[in-house]
Amino acid sequence: MKKSHIIVLVGIAIAIGALIMLSVDFSTYDTILSAKKKQGKFVHLIARLDRSVPLEYDPAKNPNYLSFTAIDSLGGRAKVVYLNTKPPELEQSERIVLKGKMQGEIFECTDILLKCPSKYKDDKKQLEKEIVTTK
Amino acid sequence: MQFEGEHLWIGQVGHIFVLIAFTASLLSTIAFFIAGNKQDKFEKSSWLKFARISFISQSAAVFIVFSSIFYICSHHYIEYLFGYKHTSKELEFKYLFASIWEDQSGSFLLWSIWHSIIGMFLIRKSKEWEAPVMTVISFAQLFLAMMIMGVYIFGTKIGNSPFVLTRNEINGPIFGMPNYLSMIKDGVGLNVLLRNYWMVIHPPVLFLGFASTIVPFAYAYAGLQSKKYGDWIKPVLPWTLFSACVLGVGIMMGGKWAYESLSFGGYWAWDPVENASLVPWMILIAGLHTMVIYKATGHSLRASYIFAILTFVFILYSTFLTRTGILGDTSVHAFAESGRPMFNLIRIFLFAFSVPALVYFFVHYKKMPAELREENSSSREFWMFIGSLVFFLSAMFIIAKTSTPVINAIFGSKLAPPEDIEFSYNKVMILVGIIIGFLSAITQYLKYKSTGSSFVVKKIVLPTIITIVITTLLIVFYPITYYKQGAGFLGAVYVAIFATVYSVIANASYIWSGLNGKLKSAGGSLSHLGFALMIVGILISSANKKVISEEKFKDFQIQMGVDPLTKQQDNPAENINLIRQVSKKMGPYIVTYLHDSVGKEKGRRFYHLAFERKDENSDEVKESFILSPDVYLMKDNNMSSNPDTKNYLTHDVFTYISYALNPESNEDTANFKINEMAEGDTLYYSKGYMILNQVVKNPVSNKFNYPVNGPAVLAEFTIKSTEGNTYHAAPMIVVDSFGINQIDDTVYAQNLYVKFAGVSSDQTKMKIGVKESSSIIDFVTLKAYIFPYINLVWIGLIIMAIGIVMSMINRAGLSKLTGAIVMAFAAIALFYMFLLAN
Repeated sequence: MKKSHIIVLVGIAIAIGALIMLSVDFSTYDTILSAKKKQGKFVHLIARLDRSVPLEYDPAKNPNYLSFTAIDSLGGRAKVVYLNTKPPELEQSERIVLKGKMQGEIFECTDILLKCPSKYKDDKKQLEKEIVTTK
Repeated sequence: MQFEGEHLWIGQVGHIFVLIAFTASLLSTIAFFIAGNKQDKFEKSSWLKFARISFISQSAAVFIVFSSIFYICSHHYIEYLFGYKHTSKELEFKYLFASIWEDQSGSFLLWSIWHSIIGMFLIRKSKEWEAPVMTVISFAQLFLAMMIMGVYIFGTKIGNSPFVLTRNEINGPIFGMPNYLSMIKDGVGLNVLLRNYWMVIHPPVLFLGFASTIVPFAYAYAGLQSKKYGDWIKPVLPWTLFSACVLGVGIMMGGKWAYESLSFGGYWAWDPVENASLVPWMILIAGLHTMVIYKATGHSLRASYIFAILTFVFILYSTFLTRTGILGDTSVHAFAESGRPMFNLIRIFLFAFSVPALVYFFVHYKKMPAELREENSSSREFWMFIGSLVFFLSAMFIIAKTSTPVINAIFGSKLAPPEDIEFSYNKVMILVGIIIGFLSAITQYLKYKSTGSSFVVKKIVLPTIITIVITTLLIVFYPITYYKQGAGFLGAVYVAIFATVYSVIANASYIWSGLNGKLKSAGGSLSHLGFALMIVGILISSANKKVISEEKFKDFQIQMGVDPLTKQQDNPAENINLIRQVSKKMGPYIVTYLHDSVGKEKGRRFYHLAFERKDENSDEVKESFILSPDVYLMKDNNMSSNPDTKNYLTHDVFTYISYALNPESNEDTANFKINEMAEGDTLYYSKGYMILNQVVKNPVSNKFNYPVNGPAVLAEFTIKSTEGNTYHAAPMIVVDSFGINQIDDTVYAQNLYVKFAGVSSDQTKMKIGVKESSSIIDFVTLKAYIFPYINLVWIGLIIMAIGIVMSMINRAGLSKLTGAIVMAFAAIALFYMFLLAN
């Protein structure tokens, strides 16, 4: 066997190994309903803040405790607990991606990603809003 | 309708020159292409002449477009959407440039400018390769011009013009009025997150890196087109080195920016946008090594082709990933979504380069000369090739993981990133680090073709012993404390540290013994040394990064160990509350939130935190400094946080505000009541009385550890409450370069504020302000880290870049003087950017 063949084989082996590691690592995007069925499993939820329920955050008492209710497009609801500071734009966000695990009826969140209108300067709606206020 | 006060001419000029740039690059693409295929000397030179004129015209046009946009921004012409969106009158001059590359079309323009400069250089220098090389660059310019064209062809919008008018793009009742311009006071301005020194300097360097990767691609095409398959390697090597240096530095500048001024808590997060520029760099480095192998031995020509092509293909792919919004929720970088036409245009750009190049390569694959002789496994080229392959495969691993949103879009799957994204990369990349560390340590001691083993062993003994000693000392005196991922990973970190330290030592020793200190050809070893040192720094600073803001709740409020809802213990609780002027222990420091102050920009607030480390036995202050992280409090409660860092040679203390009260919603309605007091006087307040003990001029120390850089006066009070408690207060006035600074003191237990307001008009009494407040206590929530040995990362990077520049000067055969100038410029720029400018 030629050496170049060995190299190619080793390369393929590494590539396959990497791919296996890769596939093990993925999590999934879920709805609140399907996440509730996967108790304790790490998932991503795409949801929004339920504004009808007051958000619970008192930094003076505990800066590392935030709790609110999330609601997804299918109407599923869950109480979310996030042991960290409140992302500053949470109340303005249109859509949130929550990473974490469902424990009973409570979603234990480890990370929150926000989609906020103001972050996106190219969002013309936001500019329209601002042009009225600068008048 | 006639609108008042608009300056429409500049936009028209800009738009016309965009169209000229498009047309001229089309012409120069065609002309260079034909010139490349003409055999007849006379015909060839006449086509070349025409092509050069076209390319120079397009370059001029691109510069005029850029100048027009700069003119719009510097004159704050907010009738243009570009001016409205990106500038505002308070912007400092340097940020005018930043506001140009904040915009998507602005950054395409920047890219286009670098291509133009590189192209003009190649016209002068590339000799017989000019026609095919310039065909490729002109073709890329065609696409970049299309990105900013904003013209409708057959109902499809091609690109986004930077010259569109605000009133055409945004709906609003005021745009119906002829005098609307007089009603809009100012533009939106540069995003506050981006108002930073790095935003001025990082994009131009990164885009120069991006733009320069087209040169190896273009030469690879030229090699295929001319059928002189191997001849392009020699002239392209200096370019590849240039590109490797600039792109590498550009990427790490982004890392430094993230570390210094964004609250990600680090310099690298395996974010898709970071990965997208790292991957082409890694392929480029693989290609660089195969090119060197080819030049020395005639092996690895085909690999050089494929790596040169793929580098640029992945530059385009990364543009596709980061500019089309396809990354969606997976990236923290808030790049705008660009809309369907732009999505399609960037995709066509990607395919127009990748598909023909790869097809062309495989058509010629069999015809390329290849060494029939096998590489000997004791040869340098064999192990260099293995290293390149490992680098390339790890780049493929990174891009495959980064591409999950693309895979989801194509196959409709729902793959999401794993729980611990960073670790999912780290566990693979640590193996890559180990392999590369050992390879770059040993390979250069091998000779091309084949090596006698006794020679290698003799040379490598000393570096091996030194490395074993250093690593042992490290394990004993400075153990790695990264237990989070288990013993296996901790072991891997140690092996990786060993491998990379080995590489540092072996390369240093090679410069000494192998090259006898001949600096001219030490570039390779030096850049390997730098790279390895950088990895050592990354390993140590990441593995031993320590959060010091963990909330222990020894002296404040509720217990937090168990969460009331989830009943779990694993509370990260990495944020700590600091009440104003109440000290708290954080790691080795006692930290006090002194006071806050407003910044120059609207909505910016600085929070001054005093860090103090005392000797445990003698209580003597060993170390003290003030950090002033700041936040921008924006409209509707949005907040953006900028960290502050204390740099030491061995470690950084890094802190940022993770939550701050909005001062407007916590307005203190009570006012200071000014009283005149002399020393010994007593003053009553609602819960007791206070005595002015004495007034101290230029006090030696003060309780806030406020650095006094000028005349200061301090008033000492003893306060007795009706409950019988005694408190002390010491307000102060300092006159320094910032003006007159009143440092108020607060007795929180009494909700009492004491201000030293000045001296009475007859100079005999002190003006003392007293306020009894009812508002809630003032506090900030913050996070703080200690990053050990982070300077190794930056020093390693600088050494690597200098090593690459040395190789480039050597390979390009620059004269002594030119070489020295290039070297001096690169070295000064690197040292300034990474170690001095903070």
